[in-house]
Amino acid sequence: MNAIEFDKVTLTYGGRRVLSDVSFSIPQGAFIGLLGANGAGKTTMLRAILGLIKPAGGAISVLGKPPTRGNAAIGYMPQARRAHNDVGISGLDFVLSAAGGHRWGWPVPSSAEKEAAWKALEAIGATDLARRPLAELSGGERQRILIAQSLIGDPQLLLLDEPLISLDAAHQRAIIDLVHEIGERLGIAVLFCSHEINPLLRAVDRVLYLGNGKAAIGSVDEVISGPVLSKLYGTHINVVRVAGRIFVMADDVELESGAHVHDL
Amino acid sequence: MSTIFDYEFMRNAFYACTIVGIVSGAVGYFLVLRGQTFAGHALSHVGFPGATGAGLIGLSPFLGLTVFTIAAGIGIGLLGERAHRDVAIGIVLTLSLGLGLLFLHFYTAFASQATNVLFGNVLGISLRTVIVLAVLGVAILAALVLIARPLLFASLQPELAEARGVPITLVSTLFMVLVAVATSEAVQIVGVLLVFALMVAPAATALRLTSGVAAGVLASIALAVVIAWISLSLAFLTDWPTSFWITALGAAAYVISGMARRSTAAPEARLADGNP
Repeated sequence: MNAIEFDKVTLTYGGRRVLSDVSFSIPQGAFIGLLGANGAGKTTMLRAILGLIKPAGGAISVLGKPPTRGNAAIGYMPQARRAHNDVGISGLDFVLSAAGGHRWGWPVPSSAEKEAAWKALEAIGATDLARRPLAELSGGERQRILIAQSLIGDPQLLLLDEPLISLDAAHQRAIIDLVHEIGERLGIAVLFCSHEINPLLRAVDRVLYLGNGKAAIGSVDEVISGPVLSKLYGTHINVVRVAGRIFVMADDVELESGAHVHDL
Repeated sequence: MSTIFDYEFMRNAFYACTIVGIVSGAVGYFLVLRGQTFAGHALSHVGFPGATGAGLIGLSPFLGLTVFTIAAGIGIGLLGERAHRDVAIGIVLTLSLGLGLLFLHFYTAFASQATNVLFGNVLGISLRTVIVLAVLGVAILAALVLIARPLLFASLQPELAEARGVPITLVSTLFMVLVAVATSEAVQIVGVLLVFALMVAPAATALRLTSGVAAGVLASIALAVVIAWISLSLAFLTDWPTSFWITALGAAAYVISGMARRSTAAPEARLADGNP
């Protein structure tokens, strides 16, 4: 069974067509880098997989079923829109808020929920952060807490939206290796969103590259190439490889890091 | 020797401060956690024309205030993200105060009460008002307990909560209604312009000093109640306005908690950064 299947899917966001007629499939257990510039539709695609938006055309299948909101089989880490550096809540309580967070009542965790939260923190090697307030954690530590939260409920598919944002190179490597290791250990597919390919090169099985409403999937060498990306963007693209790093250029402007600057 | 509790108005003031402190502390904790503190500020401003308008047509200003804040709370809850627009909020706030002023202009007999609505008059609270505050307070706390779990989840991780099936618009709208009623209560003590002092300062201080939700809510409640009690006592001794003391003590608590946290948290934070 495939973790995710897109069959001629068209997605719109705010009346704008973000993806048109996109088909691909992602096998269970694969580590996929979801790439593309800001606004290419990465988050919209994740929201469609989560069942939060309906495709305007085509069919999506997630773990063999149509997407439904509240699907506990999907672990999701949204893009951090808030720094959380003023939150006086411990790492454990933060992770716990996702366990049974849809039920009504005062948040007194059951023993099963506590167990799930500790298990998630253990999986990410963050039990030492459990008692400390989020406000006191560094960016990399906070990111680990967010990933632990996505592991609540034993997901069979992990969707991570820009986990590398605002991390330095060393922390980026640590997060990627950690997620890669978790994916392999649990045998689940990981869709890892990033607008930069280079940090991901060490871990990804395949990349799914979005641009101009279209998508290309394959190995890094297959997808990150001049002809494929030129076709995707509809303009001439050069791909330059220097010292193990990849630079995607259009008319001498570097596309990926250009998109990156705004987020820092 | 006469004591502060020999006067009925002082006893009523202490009852009212206790009730409103508990409500403001509890609701304020979630308000600060959600980063929606200015919503509380905005709601009370919108309440001002409600209070003066009700006075104009012969109704209770408290009723008018509450109806207007609830309507505004529902509006903010339903608008969600779209309500976070500086200019739009500013224009609504000034329009509200302007309308309130217009109603006062037409109903000059009420003008003497304008200062009370704007800055509060805790020493003028009747036992009847205390009972109303208590009934509303119990209702607010009961409703807050009911929605606390999804509210906490939606406050910390809104997109994830949405994906997990939490009805986030419903939860945030219900919460804004609670904020609206809590605001109306707080206005009785500190007035429309100073609601921040009771709703936000104790809660923000508590969030700095605690790391658990239950501990944070209890600390926030305790701070709000103690600040209100000390302020009443100081007002009795100095004859300065209670509202002034509440703002001053709230600000002091916030500043001191910031210094306390910096001195305890700094070494740990440095250690963490050096240990990736």
